[in-house]
Amino acid sequence: MKHFALAITLLAVGAAFAAEFNSVQPSGSAITFVSKQMGVPVDGKFGKYSAQIAFDPARPQAGKAQIEVDVASIDTGSSDADEEVRGKAWFDVHSFPTARFVSTGLKPLGGDRFEATGTMTIKGRKANIVAPFTVKPAGAALVIDGTLPISRKQFGIGEGSWSDPSVVADEVQVRFHFTLDAAKK
Amino acid sequence: MSRYDPTAIALHWLVALAILCAFPLGWYMTDLPLSPLKLRLYSYHKWIGMIALALIIVRLLWRATHRPPAPLPTHPLWQRWAAEAVHHGLYVLMVAVPMSGWLMTSALGFPVVLFGVLPLPDLVAKNKELGEVLKAVHQWLNYALLALFVAHVAGALQHHFIDRDDTLRRMSPFRKRKEA
Repeated sequence: MKHFALAITLLAVGAAFAAEFNSVQPSGSAITFVSKQMGVPVDGKFGKYSAQIAFDPARPQAGKAQIEVDVASIDTGSSDADEEVRGKAWFDVHSFPTARFVSTGLKPLGGDRFEATGTMTIKGRKANIVAPFTVKPAGAALVIDGTLPISRKQFGIGEGSWSDPSVVADEVQVRFHFTLDAAKK
Repeated sequence: MSRYDPTAIALHWLVALAILCAFPLGWYMTDLPLSPLKLRLYSYHKWIGMIALALIIVRLLWRATHRPPAPLPTHPLWQRWAAEAVHHGLYVLMVAVPMSGWLMTSALGFPVVLFGVLPLPDLVAKNKELGEVLKAVHQWLNYALLALFVAHVAGALQHHFIDRDDTLRRMSPFRKRKEA
């Protein structure tokens, strides 16, 4: 009898966790970055993006993400710099208004850590990237946090005299933070 | 002739050198269009400013503990007051100018990293409006510093070339053989 009760409990708990989380809360989400200028860490963010994410804690490998960033919405912390980075030597937003990440796989790393692999397209250039992240519960929602180093050189962001890494470092740490609500039944 | 002591003399000229580098840099760099050079110049300006601030603090401590030479008997009273006012004003501004710069850069979200390796604390949290206010403060304090600098140099040259007294010689880093 008690085995039956246990089985029913596990089934109920399992069913609760088998929810898919795919509703991104805009107010609880952000895509930010840190660049280094002559050793000085400077914070920035992208104000406009769309994120389609599906994550089921019971089946993480089936998770998917597609993020599209409106590159012109960049805020570098200085209006002079905002204007410069929208230009041809940097993101060239006139020709390439959107940066895109499309996941091709998701792998659990143990505990609350996971790893997404996928294709990143910036300024028309594609690269395969690996983005580690954590998933933590926050009430009835899930919070995804990850950091992804992006090489300016790889994507041609900041060419010509700006390619000197001693002024603006090559590596920019992009941080993504998404709050997901469960799918509506 | 009683002179300033060697430490006071060294600090005086080192600070003068730092200010003579940082001030023109600051004036020139702000109007530049954004470029890698502009970012470099801003960094050099901040590093020199921080070094100046450190030297000035040492200078103040030294001055507080070591009496400078007395005014020359030939210095009239109004000149002693003027000199004291200018010197005190310079001491205040030499602290206020770099401090206002440090505050401004903290408020604008650009922390100071000395020589690109030693991060200095942010004096205030990132706040754009405050940053803009502090930018004006830094600018106006610098104009005041420039005015006092001109008065200070004019006074020194007047004593040396017009009054022909030992005032400038007392602060000279060069020892002349024909001292009184």
